[in-house]
Amino acid sequence: MSTEVKTATLAQHTAPNGIKLPIYMDNHATTPMDPRVLEEMLPYFMEKFGNAASRNHSFGWAAEEAVETARERIAKLVGATSKEIIFTSGATESDNLAIKGVAEMYREKGNHIITAVTEHKAVLDTCKRLEKYGYRVTYLPVQKDGLIDLDDLKRAIDDKTILVTIMAANNEIGVLQPIAEIGRLCHEKGVIFHSDATQAVGKVPTDVNKQNIDLMSISAHKMYGPKGVGALYVRRKNPRVQIAAIIDGGGHERGMRSGTLNVPGIVGLGKACAIASEEMPQESCKLAGLRNRLRDRIMGRLDEVYINGSMEHRLPGNLNISFAYVEGESLLMGINDVAVSSGSACTSATLEPSYVLKALGTGDDLAHSSIRFGIGRFNTEAEVDYVADRVIETVQRLRELSPLYEMAKEGVDLKSVKWAAE
Amino acid sequence: MSYSDKVIDHYNNPRNVGSLDKGSADVGTGLVGAPECGDVMKLQIKVNPQTNVIEDAKFKTFGCGSAIASSSLATEWVKGKTVDEALAIKNMDIVKELSLPPVKIHCSVLAEDAIRAAIHDWKKKQETATPAAVQAK
Repeated sequence: MSTEVKTATLAQHTAPNGIKLPIYMDNHATTPMDPRVLEEMLPYFMEKFGNAASRNHSFGWAAEEAVETARERIAKLVGATSKEIIFTSGATESDNLAIKGVAEMYREKGNHIITAVTEHKAVLDTCKRLEKYGYRVTYLPVQKDGLIDLDDLKRAIDDKTILVTIMAANNEIGVLQPIAEIGRLCHEKGVIFHSDATQAVGKVPTDVNKQNIDLMSISAHKMYGPKGVGALYVRRKNPRVQIAAIIDGGGHERGMRSGTLNVPGIVGLGKACAIASEEMPQESCKLAGLRNRLRDRIMGRLDEVYINGSMEHRLPGNLNISFAYVEGESLLMGINDVAVSSGSACTSATLEPSYVLKALGTGDDLAHSSIRFGIGRFNTEAEVDYVADRVIETVQRLRELSPLYEMAKEGVDLKSVKWAAE
Repeated sequence: MSYSDKVIDHYNNPRNVGSLDKGSADVGTGLVGAPECGDVMKLQIKVNPQTNVIEDAKFKTFGCGSAIASSSLATEWVKGKTVDEALAIKNMDIVKELSLPPVKIHCSVLAEDAIRAAIHDWKKKQETATPAAVQAK
């Protein structure tokens, strides 16, 4: 029997200036693995294949040792102790475990959870499910720059509030929430604070003690590690946080997450964290430089381009911009040798434009026109210039094709036009 | 989303891009869709008053690749047809020609609407005595 697997081919070619195409600039979706990570993982597939829970032979000990090294490396990156790191299958599971785990464990104390409208679906949909089971959820709005208003949070906390869950960095607009201040507020009120830090860990300094975080979701594949592995930080003192498990079984990970550990994946996550601990300062400078270069090149050549979200409180590699009068999917089609993503409805299954951009008060028209650039470790200056130039020429071409651009240039106020409803 | 070769061809080489004088008595203009919905099509036709044949057609579209392709194809199809023949073009003809997937059917509906709106505008102009007073919406 044939064991061949059919896969979509990734056609690669080279641009005249030597740049390899297609260019990957969608590093918020996932990141390529760092070769150093892969190298460290490889022995744990075949040679050191043991089950970390096997306590009575050397195969198990080797696996367990590797897992504990990884745990320490992760803890070091976020200022935790290794006993506070619980391995999961990824940040979605970590979010589910944190939120559902607290909801169940603290049900006696209260039933109120606070989150924000711009959270990832892994948090929002988990909260929605809990609403079905009698929990009350407050969805905080965000300001025009994407940040929550701390006064809104203060007002939302009541004597039934058991959990506040606010992400560290947004996956679409890269906006960094004031995590330390949110955490302080929560601790003053005796409320547990969870942060989905999927996009932040390894990219910006994260310290669970300085930032008053009680639970924090981490993913490997957003920081040049493998897919299918993540972690949840669970605070053990000041205060001690307890969570109910959502996966029952052999009692792994202190009973919080049963299931045989994904040893190679965990080793990869650990190595990814170790690299980030070493290289984050230089890397974040480099990424911010490339990001600003992309922004300046685009904005120097195109008018009516709008940045979505705060530029000041933002991940170094993120740029999310709306190109007025040009629809996002058609723009992606024009830059088809560049991998980025759009907040346009046409690129989503729901036919709704990005709820994150809508929450900022970005009109639906500009949400349809948005592109998210995620610059990562392996992008170069030459790639940034190529991407900027492709974007510029495609936007110019599509604007020549756009009735809205023509009307705007004629002085028509598009807001005053009575559009025929479909 | 993967596109059919025909959609890609229309996207890369859109036919009949541009604008006709919307004040002219022979020109009908259809403007359909809304920016909030992510699709706006402007389709214009120039009709010979003697023969009712559409002699020229132009479009501009804000929308995804399928929307651009649907309107580009619509201009190709209406050219050379009489007004009544053009009214017989159905959105499903466009879906078939461009192999549009189900989520893109609304693009073809919009293109059919644009044809109808342009013809409606032209007909309205024929009924009024002073064409110059008629403004495209």
